[in-house]
Amino acid sequence: MDLDSLINFAYIVASILFIFGIKMLGSADTARKGNQISSIGMLIAVVAVLLTKGMDYTWIVAGLVIGSTIGAIAAKRVQMTGMPELVALFNGFGGLASLLVGWAEFAAHTDDSHIGIETGAAVVLTILIGGITFTGSIIAYLKLSGKMSGNAINFGGQKALNILIAVAIVVLGGIFATTGATWALYALIGLSLLLGIMAVIPIGGGDMPVVIAILNSFSGLAASAAGFVIANNVLIVAGCLVGASGLILSIIMCKAMNRTLGNVLFGNFGAATGKTGKVVEGEMKPASVEDAYYVLEAAQSVVFVPGYGMAVAQAQHAVKELAKILEDNGAEVLFAIHPVAGRMPGHMNVLLAEADVPYEQLAEMDDVNPIMNTVDVAIVIGANDVVNPAAVDDESSPIYGMPIIKVYEANTVYVLKRGQGAGFSGLVNSLFFRENTRMIYGDAKETITGLVTQFKD
Amino acid sequence: MLVLLLFIFVLAAFLGFELIQKVPSQLHTPLMSGSNAISGITIVGAIIASGAIEGKMGIILGFIALILATINVVGGYMVTDRMLAMFHSKKDDK
Repeated sequence: MDLDSLINFAYIVASILFIFGIKMLGSADTARKGNQISSIGMLIAVVAVLLTKGMDYTWIVAGLVIGSTIGAIAAKRVQMTGMPELVALFNGFGGLASLLVGWAEFAAHTDDSHIGIETGAAVVLTILIGGITFTGSIIAYLKLSGKMSGNAINFGGQKALNILIAVAIVVLGGIFATTGATWALYALIGLSLLLGIMAVIPIGGGDMPVVIAILNSFSGLAASAAGFVIANNVLIVAGCLVGASGLILSIIMCKAMNRTLGNVLFGNFGAATGKTGKVVEGEMKPASVEDAYYVLEAAQSVVFVPGYGMAVAQAQHAVKELAKILEDNGAEVLFAIHPVAGRMPGHMNVLLAEADVPYEQLAEMDDVNPIMNTVDVAIVIGANDVVNPAAVDDESSPIYGMPIIKVYEANTVYVLKRGQGAGFSGLVNSLFFRENTRMIYGDAKETITGLVTQFKD
Repeated sequence: MLVLLLFIFVLAAFLGFELIQKVPSQLHTPLMSGSNAISGITIVGAIIASGAIEGKMGIILGFIALILATINVVGGYMVTDRMLAMFHSKKDDK
């Protein structure tokens, strides 16, 4: 077997390992092994390409060492609460890397008159997708880390401007693919980067799980497009697998919000429907930590419903402690997790796992809703829209039809909340006005710690 | 050549959709960051570009791409592993 065949054979092995890796990541018992298998696939692909004849290793070794060091330090240092930002950042780096690979291939062929229309088109796609992934992820990172306001940013003529950018990209793409003009390439890079920014700034914090999932999908597609540029199978296969799995995750997230992909990306929340929801009448009934303690003390079954507020308050360890005490007290404890709770897919699960909550206690929405009416106490920690009964009973509400965790069916509901404000959607939550709901205002972590202290005394 | 590459792309797309139709929500984050690490496969292209013998511009671009892709790959796999190590079942305690 000659060297080229050997390298290609290694790529096949790597692709198979990626496929198994992704498959195993989809199930709890095998996930860790799956990730390791896919990392072995990556190692094989890297070793294989290093065997290529006629390469100068100086820059390769330097790049690998620098990149590995930065990556390893970032991965070791990050707090679990900072996970959404880090994933967004890594994602952006992947996108930019693909963009640069496409650009480098063009730069290396600059002596020739034209790189060919097929390769040219592939370069355009790589730069477009890679560019959007990069700046889009950076904006998402800035929003998630609080370095930039998490609110949606809208201004007049935004849509018109976006359409203009898109049209310009198509025209420039056509020019570049047919003529190979360098100026068109630079303009394309600039506009693609701009489009990534424009696409993510109008999207608010609560929609971040969808955005992160889409950008993840895009980073795969960018790698796949780069594969077309350099005619490399393993890039095409691995990138496309990521693109497809990321898209599925995005669709799962959208379904969990009863919205379409287009609606999240192009419509502002509520604006698309023009609905405002019924005016809720009644009053919110506050409760003290002591009141809650007496009810919890007698409870046979307790369900926690965590949301972004738990992440903000860093309350996961305190919550775990309370759950343990309640269990020792004879109650059955579950954590009901809405698919879009938090700022990235599965955000709450990661935080609770960090706090050592065994995964049997983490229940999905569809499993917990049927038993909700047998639950004594539901404790909502910093979640809002995902428990709003208006989604079920108020047809005029903009969130009508969105699947929710039906905490209102529980005997008693405690809502831990910072203040009296509305949720991300700006809606008043009718749950707060229900007969069986009690509000406990204040920092979620302090409230939970207060309850733990009550139990210990 | 292009047709062959497209053929591979389409097959991989279908395979990707088939692989993960139903994922428990607790694995959404690890799946995302794990697959994100796989998208760092562009490291292969970056190595080829930065290992070129001539063409300064291409080598510089490839070198930057290589650093970024390596961060993506190494960081992505490590952080996913760290996350997955935290997921544990009650059975493990006993």
